[in-house]
Amino acid sequence: MAEKFLMPKLSPTMEEGQIARWVKNEGDNFDANETLAEVDTDKATMEMTALSGGTLLKILKGEGDTALLGEPIAIIGKEGEDISSLLSEIGSNGKKAVAPSANGGQAPAKEEPAPSVTVEEPQEQQLEKTSAPTPAPQSETRAVTSAPEKTGNGRMIVSPIAARMAADNGIDLRSIAGSGPNGRIIKRDIEEALAGGGVQTPASARTFTPSTIVGASPFRDETTSKIRQVIASRLTESIGPIPTFYLTVEIEMDNVLATRKQINANLDDDGKISVNDIIVKAAAMALMKHKWVNASYQDKVVRFYEQADIGVAVAIDEGLITPVVRGANLKGLAEISAEIKELAGKAKAKKLQPEEYTGATFSISNLGMMGIKEFTAIINPPEAAIIAVGGATPTPVVRDGEVVVRNIMHVTMSCDHRVVDGATGARFLQSFKQLLETPAMMLL
Amino acid sequence: MAKTAAGQRDVSNKEVAAKKVPEAKARSNSSNGESDLSVVEMVHAEYLERRSSQLETIKKTDKKILREMLFQMVLGRRFEEKCAEVYRMGKIGGFCHLYIGQEAIAVGSMMALEPSDMVITSYRDHVQAMVKGISPEAVMAELYGKEGGCVKGKGGSMHMFSKEHEFYGGHGIVGGQIGVGTGMAYAAKYKESGQVTLCFFGEAAVNQGIFHESLNMAQLWKLPIIYICENNQYGMGTSQDRAMSTRNIAKKADAFEMANEFVDGMDVMAVREATLRAIERARNESLPTLLEVRAYRYMGHSMSDPGNYRTREEIAKYQERDPIVLFKDSLKEANVLSEKDFEKIEQEAIEVTERALKFADESPFPDESELLTDVYA
Amino acid sequence: MATLTIRDALNQALREELIRDENVFIMGEEVAEYDGAYKVTRGLWKEFGDKRVVDTPITELGFAAVGVGAAMAGLRPVIEFMTWNFSILAADQIINHAAKMLYMSGGQFNVPIVFRGPNGSAYQVSSQHSHALEAMYANFPGLKIVMPSTSADAKGLLKSAIRDDNPVIFMEQERMYGLKSDVPEDEDFLIPLGVADVKREGTDCTIVARSMTVPLSLQAADKLKEEFDVSVEVIDPRTIKPLDIETIINSVKKTNRLVIAEESHAFASVGAEISHTVMEYAFDHLDAPVKRISTAEAPMPYAKNLEALALPSVDKIIDAVKEVCYI
Repeated sequence: MAEKFLMPKLSPTMEEGQIARWVKNEGDNFDANETLAEVDTDKATMEMTALSGGTLLKILKGEGDTALLGEPIAIIGKEGEDISSLLSEIGSNGKKAVAPSANGGQAPAKEEPAPSVTVEEPQEQQLEKTSAPTPAPQSETRAVTSAPEKTGNGRMIVSPIAARMAADNGIDLRSIAGSGPNGRIIKRDIEEALAGGGVQTPASARTFTPSTIVGASPFRDETTSKIRQVIASRLTESIGPIPTFYLTVEIEMDNVLATRKQINANLDDDGKISVNDIIVKAAAMALMKHKWVNASYQDKVVRFYEQADIGVAVAIDEGLITPVVRGANLKGLAEISAEIKELAGKAKAKKLQPEEYTGATFSISNLGMMGIKEFTAIINPPEAAIIAVGGATPTPVVRDGEVVVRNIMHVTMSCDHRVVDGATGARFLQSFKQLLETPAMMLL
Repeated sequence: MAKTAAGQRDVSNKEVAAKKVPEAKARSNSSNGESDLSVVEMVHAEYLERRSSQLETIKKTDKKILREMLFQMVLGRRFEEKCAEVYRMGKIGGFCHLYIGQEAIAVGSMMALEPSDMVITSYRDHVQAMVKGISPEAVMAELYGKEGGCVKGKGGSMHMFSKEHEFYGGHGIVGGQIGVGTGMAYAAKYKESGQVTLCFFGEAAVNQGIFHESLNMAQLWKLPIIYICENNQYGMGTSQDRAMSTRNIAKKADAFEMANEFVDGMDVMAVREATLRAIERARNESLPTLLEVRAYRYMGHSMSDPGNYRTREEIAKYQERDPIVLFKDSLKEANVLSEKDFEKIEQEAIEVTERALKFADESPFPDESELLTDVYA
Repeated sequence: MATLTIRDALNQALREELIRDENVFIMGEEVAEYDGAYKVTRGLWKEFGDKRVVDTPITELGFAAVGVGAAMAGLRPVIEFMTWNFSILAADQIINHAAKMLYMSGGQFNVPIVFRGPNGSAYQVSSQHSHALEAMYANFPGLKIVMPSTSADAKGLLKSAIRDDNPVIFMEQERMYGLKSDVPEDEDFLIPLGVADVKREGTDCTIVARSMTVPLSLQAADKLKEEFDVSVEVIDPRTIKPLDIETIINSVKKTNRLVIAEESHAFASVGAEISHTVMEYAFDHLDAPVKRISTAEAPMPYAKNLEALALPSVDKIIDAVKEVCYI
């Protein structure tokens, strides 16, 4: 019978894997222990082998694609089997595999519309797990009082003692389904989670929920893996406190310029957006796809931010200051533009409040308007990266075998090697470049 | 749940009720409800009638006592005048009820008591407190809200107390102390201590239920108490005639078969004589008495009273019978004190008042820790 | 140990204190010849005579005042109100005089007096005879308030109240006069004011109850254990003022859930005070909002069914516990 082949766990710390190469192609037969593909994990490139023999019926994740742990990457079975029902299930419910791992500290992304299906299912599992750790009796009234819906605004309702117990035990409250009125998480829920055993390991995952998107980004700390610690210390020894390396990419900005022109044609002078605004937006969107770049090395943990708080370097008389656009990934261009104008104004008037220029998750320094073509910027710790943006200059390039003139912009990213590896940075820049070269992608 | 009435007791007080007590014409009911100045003239006529016999009494009375009585009256007057003055300077806060014009009542009655006898009164209590023995310094410091006050600055004008001097307080709820005083007399009888209780209240308190409840029990249980109704004719701004169906307060005691007298409150000797009769009744027979002592309040009810409800003519009429002037005249006529003695008394009263003011000024405010002390014993 | 009704335990306390201290006397309506409207003073007049056990006219303000004055002058009166509902006539003396005397006399005159009588509802006596008044008196500094729920507590607390140097509001419950329980026979058996008693230990939910709601809560606790396996701790503060909040807080820290059962109306009640204090000192320990069971917000009706509906009951307490335990 045909079945899904799921992304396996190939290293102790692996969260996701990227298909480096399929060794077998669709239709190929394989034996047990035969290598099907090579997968890049956080650690190394690993051979992914088959547990039993069969036929590779369908490849779901192609080379270069990333899959979360437990996510289907292929369908295997007997030659000629009908796999249409499996395909439609995966198509409609592809994210489903993610949810159970929520107990492992992998929370569903906040901005997902959180369909009731994904919330309810883990809750059912939680309830089933309750054996007899609390004296509270099981009865039919229980089902009545448990209202699984989180409140509309996403605010979590927790009883004081439950909140305290969760904090004391390092439990991610978002992984708990509240069984009290309005989904309130109560003492019993925490007790059950604790009794569930090993679902939450103390100190393995610690998360916070934002009250509103304009606050500082929420984050999740994950224990720094051995390999990351070794990399960090080796590289630090080699180069200094922050082992920095640089990646440069050329981006064709003609489409951005055209798009900007179209947008601004319909806007008042006050509301006109700049190229830099679009760069900020593109960076924020790219950061959402590449969590290692929107992160921070914190010695014992690596902190992953859930929103892109972008520091935008502004030159002032005394030097440089980087006001922060909070949650730039969640904001539209107009909003970003207005905010940067306001922050830059305040920066020049020296009226920025500390919370307005600290705590970014990623920074952008743009000297393009000052005639700089290419430069490198210094990372603003504890951020993992900063991009140095040069000016978009008309440059002869070859397109479809012809020399044409395009506005080319050089972007150099300084990366903290303790969290961002070469390939990680490169993939981020690919995404960033793609967004700017095809600005319509930003509508997605 | 229905209550059954307490069992009737066979207590006959007919012999008490039958006693001849002085009766003024002023007892007649007022029909028009307006202040009737003719009453003053009638009371004065009675005073003149008894004056010659009173002079004989004065001559028989210990000169030291008479001098002290006059001194206490003058001191009460000067002290209260100073209170009005410093109140206007903001040194005294809150309410401040002055006794000017009523001095003969406190002095005439309280100076007939033994030191161990108990006194309780209303909020118009500065002079009573001093006559009972609390120092003018401690009274003035209390008015100033200072640590040196007789209740450490916690009571102010209305609440002077001294356990040492058997002074059970100035009380702020009209009539409340009538019941408490009754209880004090109850304790004296219970303990067979021989103490008499003197309980002061204004005429307006007579309209409170507690007056009637208390007099009923005092007569029922034969308590050694003297109720002194200081009838200054106004309950705040409302004249007695506008608030009481009868002008005759002393006679209300008849409803309880309690001994009672009407007394001219401008005549300190008359107050003294009536009180001595009541004290004898209390001490020897363990029986209560109600004295209605008619006086006149020269000042407003309190310092914030403009006094629009009465005429200057009315005030002047009463001031013609000023208790200090009447007493001085009698003492002079009886050759007890000379003009020189009067001057000395006057001087002494002023000095004592000045000392009290100085003490009050210099006394510190209560320590903040006092806020929460004395809440529980 | 002797098994006594609360009525007889109170009687014993009064008798022992009358013997011990000759300054103690009892005063009130029908306390002497009639033997007490609820027989709490039964036999005392015969034994101690007119001086020590005094019938009064129906004059609540008057005899309360006599008690206050007598206490100021050195006696230790025990003033009985036929019901606390009638004490409202005497409120001026209790509140303006007894409670404040020590303070406004600068510490010179304390008022060692006990005002006692049945508080709250009886059996179908309607609006003017059924009010539970402790919250009103609890608002006045200077008063202590005691509400016993067992025979031993009634005796030990009344003896302490009589010996206390402050005015004490001692509230009994007519429905409970006939309840029997064990009482130590020691004549010096005293229970200090201000110390709560854990009537039943438990781990899942705390019920704070007083007076009539204590036996109701204990019954509720039995049923909750039996039917739902919920372990309830029942705390009786016994003294409302001073309140032993520490025992309550420690219990809530253990159980994380609190139900307050009281016979008074809910608005501005003693339960509201307890609830506030628990919020202040044990907020982080709560697993559910504090729940109160009180008498309905209406004057007490006469009709039997309406009266039952208005009052706290075992079932109402059970429902409240289930609610805070999320059952």
